[in-house]
Amino acid sequence: MTRILSTSEAIREALTGEMERDERVFLMGEDIGLYGGAFGVTRGMQDKFGPERVVETPISEAGFVGVAVGASLMGRRPVVEIMFSDFILLAMDQLVNHAAKFRYVYGEKSTVPLVVRAVGGAGRAYGPTHSQAVEAYFVHTPGIKVVAPSTPADAKGLLLAAIREPNPVIFIENRVLYPQKGEVPEGAEAIPLGKAATVRAGKDVTIVGYSRMVHESLAAAEALSTEGIEAEVIDLRTLSPMDSPHVMESVKRTGRAVLVEEGPRTCGVMAELAARIAEEAIDYLDGPVTRVTMPDIPVPCSPVLEQAALPSRKSIAEAARRLCG
Amino acid sequence: MNLDADRLKKLYHDMLLIRRFEERLSDLFLKGEVAGTCHLCIGQEAVPVGVASVLRDGDWMNGTHRGHGHFLAKGGDPRLMMAEIFGRETGYAKGRGGSQHMACFDVGFLGSNGITGGGLPIATGAALALKQRKIPNVVVGMMGDGAANQGVFHECLNLAAIWKLPVVYVCENNLYAMSTPFQESCAVSKLSDRVRGFGLGVETVDGNDVLAVAEAAGRAVEWARSGGGPAFLECMTYRFCGHSRSDQCLYRTRDEETAWKARCPIELLRGVLLDKRAATESELDAIAETAAKEVKEAEDFARSSPLADVARLTEGVFE
Repeated sequence: MTRILSTSEAIREALTGEMERDERVFLMGEDIGLYGGAFGVTRGMQDKFGPERVVETPISEAGFVGVAVGASLMGRRPVVEIMFSDFILLAMDQLVNHAAKFRYVYGEKSTVPLVVRAVGGAGRAYGPTHSQAVEAYFVHTPGIKVVAPSTPADAKGLLLAAIREPNPVIFIENRVLYPQKGEVPEGAEAIPLGKAATVRAGKDVTIVGYSRMVHESLAAAEALSTEGIEAEVIDLRTLSPMDSPHVMESVKRTGRAVLVEEGPRTCGVMAELAARIAEEAIDYLDGPVTRVTMPDIPVPCSPVLEQAALPSRKSIAEAARRLCG
Repeated sequence: MNLDADRLKKLYHDMLLIRRFEERLSDLFLKGEVAGTCHLCIGQEAVPVGVASVLRDGDWMNGTHRGHGHFLAKGGDPRLMMAEIFGRETGYAKGRGGSQHMACFDVGFLGSNGITGGGLPIATGAALALKQRKIPNVVVGMMGDGAANQGVFHECLNLAAIWKLPVVYVCENNLYAMSTPFQESCAVSKLSDRVRGFGLGVETVDGNDVLAVAEAAGRAVEWARSGGGPAFLECMTYRFCGHSRSDQCLYRTRDEETAWKARCPIELLRGVLLDKRAATESELDAIAETAAKEVKEAEDFARSSPLADVARLTEGVFE
């Protein structure tokens, strides 16, 4: 059975279900209690579970992310909210030097079952320190998994998997998608991490995106279809580990790849995917691998600048058209 | 009296084990028989040994980059530690962690840590886990005076205090953060003065007097265990050798070193044991021989162990 829920509701449902199912799961973050988090995702949860399981923190990202790492080493299952994903950069040492490394460098005897929900997403004119895409930093970090859902159903299913995962997971949420509605299963079935999904079939070009860019890619595909170009659209869903076999199968068939990312271009998530296509599928290509990304600039504040910087259905369609021309 | 004598002799042994272990390591590094870097705690042995002596089963400790003494004091196996430093498969971390990254949950050691102050949030989080599970144990977070200027130190003191966590931060204040004198990086004369404002119970003790350390640590641990919240124990001590093997100690005077070496924590306890007639010279010599033998066995074990397994190089990043 499914119902129509918003992305925020789907995330709240996953958090609530896991907290009911597993007493080790608890939430930490700034203003996540009475206020319900800056975007209302945890609204009402402190009333339901109490302040010991919905733990409000001071503005102290390095401290409380590190504390969550320590608690998870001891078998707890913290789910930390980072109000704006930009602020996760204050906790980089905790995540990169500690959470990501502990299993390997302590001889595989410890695990860090930690989830950090980082709320990102440009397009709301929040400016350079409240809009940036941080996922590539973590894709570059061995020992951390990175997830970025695009739909309410995926948000729920992937968050369930992330909380049950024995390894640290960065869960990228896009605030622009919070109100978006979609069908969400009632059950508590997790969607396995590391699996991409084909969200539109096509034969002429493969467009790969994640998070909000999946929706822009789908809109681009609809426009292209009226011109006789049938684009296949793949939602990566998990950025690390990256499901490159899924992408390769499609690219080998279409011979063309357009890779879309909200973050900056250099060493981005799609730079990695482009390299893999070059290594594994170059003989099948009919044209260069094409990236559509934000330029290498801080996210500007003025809406006119921000919209010019962001990939859009228009720029994605243009890239595909050029490649198919 | 006998019980007390046994306790003192154990403290003596545990400090000597650290001393002999690290003296041997120092030789091995200088001869190039082990690779990389290592940070010795020779001269500071009274702190981890005194603190560990007041912990119970189920209590936890973590260590710093200068962490061999912390791990040995908490019950680390010198053979597996030596094997780790030798880069062997039998080491605590299969040769991946080396001198600065070893953990053993079975003995309550949460891990040493190569980032200055890096262990403080871990200790704080472990204490949160104990509190959530309503387990009456405590966590000891070890640190040096250098870590006291990291942001996470201040953040953790605050989090532990507002949440009343059962954690004791133990600072080995050895007066130098690598080469930077303590007085140049702290505007008050004692760290405990700085920490008091966060709402912790604080104390500063002579870190070369293992009995004073144990007594103060006992108070701090019981305070944390009984729900009083976090405590901070500053132990004034001195590292007899350099920060790491490349250090020529140009930033401190030979007079200062001599004065501190005259207050060697092991010799001080030896004096107490003899004064109290808790042990004879020959008993103490026998304890020293035992410690030396354990170190020799550790080295033999390491040398006879297989090298770290290159075939498993990329395995174990994830569970």
